[in-house]
Amino acid sequence: MTATTFGSDGARAEQARARRARGGQARAPRERLRRKSFGRRHALTILGFLLPAIVFVCWFTYFPMLQGAHMAFRDWNLWDLTSTPWVGLANFATILSDPVFPVVAGNTAVWVVGSIVPQLVIGFLVALALWRRFRLRGLYQALVFYPWAVSGFLVGMLFRWMFNAEFGVVNDLLMKAGAIEAPLPWLAEPGLAMVAVIMANVWYGVTFFAIMILAALQSVPDEVLEAAAIDGAGTVRRLFSIVIPYIWTTLALTVLLRVIWTFNSPEIIYAMTGGGPAGRTHIITTWMIQYTQQGSYGLASAIGLAVMAVLFVFCAFYLMAMRRVNER
Amino acid sequence: MTETLTAAPTRQVVPTAARRRPSRVTAGGVARVVGLTLWLVVTLFPLYWIALTSFKSPGSINRWPLEYWPSEPSIDNYTDLFATSSFATFVGNSLVVALVAGATSTLIALLSAYVLARFEFRGKGAVLGAFLLTQMIPAFIALGPLYAMLADLGLVDTKPGLALVYVAMCIPFSTVMLRGFFENVPDSLEEAAMIDGCSRLGALFRVLVPVMVPGIVAAFIFNFVNCWNELFLSVVLMNSDANKTIPAALNGFISTFNIAWGPMSAAAVLTILPTMLLFALASRWIVEGLTAGAVKE
Repeated sequence: MTATTFGSDGARAEQARARRARGGQARAPRERLRRKSFGRRHALTILGFLLPAIVFVCWFTYFPMLQGAHMAFRDWNLWDLTSTPWVGLANFATILSDPVFPVVAGNTAVWVVGSIVPQLVIGFLVALALWRRFRLRGLYQALVFYPWAVSGFLVGMLFRWMFNAEFGVVNDLLMKAGAIEAPLPWLAEPGLAMVAVIMANVWYGVTFFAIMILAALQSVPDEVLEAAAIDGAGTVRRLFSIVIPYIWTTLALTVLLRVIWTFNSPEIIYAMTGGGPAGRTHIITTWMIQYTQQGSYGLASAIGLAVMAVLFVFCAFYLMAMRRVNER
Repeated sequence: MTETLTAAPTRQVVPTAARRRPSRVTAGGVARVVGLTLWLVVTLFPLYWIALTSFKSPGSINRWPLEYWPSEPSIDNYTDLFATSSFATFVGNSLVVALVAGATSTLIALLSAYVLARFEFRGKGAVLGAFLLTQMIPAFIALGPLYAMLADLGLVDTKPGLALVYVAMCIPFSTVMLRGFFENVPDSLEEAAMIDGCSRLGALFRVLVPVMVPGIVAAFIFNFVNCWNELFLSVVLMNSDANKTIPAALNGFISTFNIAWGPMSAAAVLTILPTMLLFALASRWIVEGLTAGAVKE
């Protein structure tokens, strides 16, 4: 998903090359460039093949996005579309000085970190457990990977029903287990609602981590592990000195992608609580939905731009930090 | 973590011929089986619960004690769903839009992925960067302008209009995924075909596409599922009963004060089932597709 260009042929050669390229990611592409000097001669082919993709993405993604960004600097309200005066940064000032803003920012941080960390840990464990082939592994994967095919909105609805205060199965199971004595109003109780939506998101996101990590694990060469085992390296040692460094790039980029998506995906919260109770589960993007529904497009767009800016800066720092770790 | 890992590396020191022998029972092996079983239960339970709810009689859904197996199994929720809404039409609409947009975006992504995998050119990093950047755009910032734009084209509340937007939505991720696949196919394949007189496009479709079927299927399924599941664009752009897709209809359930969990669960089951079957059938190809594609990025 990033702009880095690692090599080709096979995951193994891939990893080897990525390692060689450490210390300067530009080296790998430059080697390739020398190997086959395509370029100007094929300019028309390149342009022709890329054109449909570029046209679609510009026309239906970037163009509306830029128009939306434009609204962030105007007083754009559904109730009076005849007058949309330029207000400069006033919308941003309104957002930042809103007393809800610090709460929303805090919630967003809790939502992202609270979702990603358990997803990564459980996803890693599931991938490790699936690493060695066993009978019925195919069937197991087919059964366990389905959450990925469900929409965030439906996941939210499934969990909203399970966390239902009156007839929810979560309460019933907890009471049967003796953990609680009376049903808990999961989605109405300020302290519990965030826990519930994060649990739904963890359930939803483990699959993605498990699949990506499993795929990466399968590219770790057996010989290296064998050699380490013969040299007497224990399980933990092998995990931390061989396996994790080997799949480091995948791990780091999977986390990056998930952070972007988690930050940017309001569907589960939208379906489960709509940001409630009393704004306690509002994250930045559900807050944006609320402004849109109120017709305050200018304010909503200002939030949208802020989201993009935060993610962009985060990405830049993250990729830079990753490069630095790779250099070591 | 330690226990679970034990199983994997110990395999490596066993000679190949002995691998199939039943292994010793180790603490790690037990932890692995227990862990996998636990995760299977946790994963399947929500699906079981919603399916169970959908087959309970309307009266027994909101009743204590909760039933973990329907005492009076019924399909009333399903008949109710189809009687009170045009759910069959919505399913048809979703199917058409997701098939058309999924196939079109896969085709377009195939072309762009090919040149991004095979050529070095100025601006390549910019194209890939612009694709990554699309993932950071919150859907809501573009919704209003998109609506206005489609209105100008007379495409609001039409299936082609929604499909166009979905094609653009699907292109970036499937391009990156397919690009990884192309990088695993040696250049010599299409070079040979081109020496034999094929055009580049001809070589791509006659020589490369056949060997890349798993990757293409995986990318298509991805795109199909994304279109099938997309919520906000469909809610905003589709409003007539004749053109609505499933997510727009599902959203209707939460805009009322009391959610009708019976029909809602029936609709959920019918929505999840097709994509789940698709994933289950192609799960091997999807893992393969990701191994080749997105993982290395």
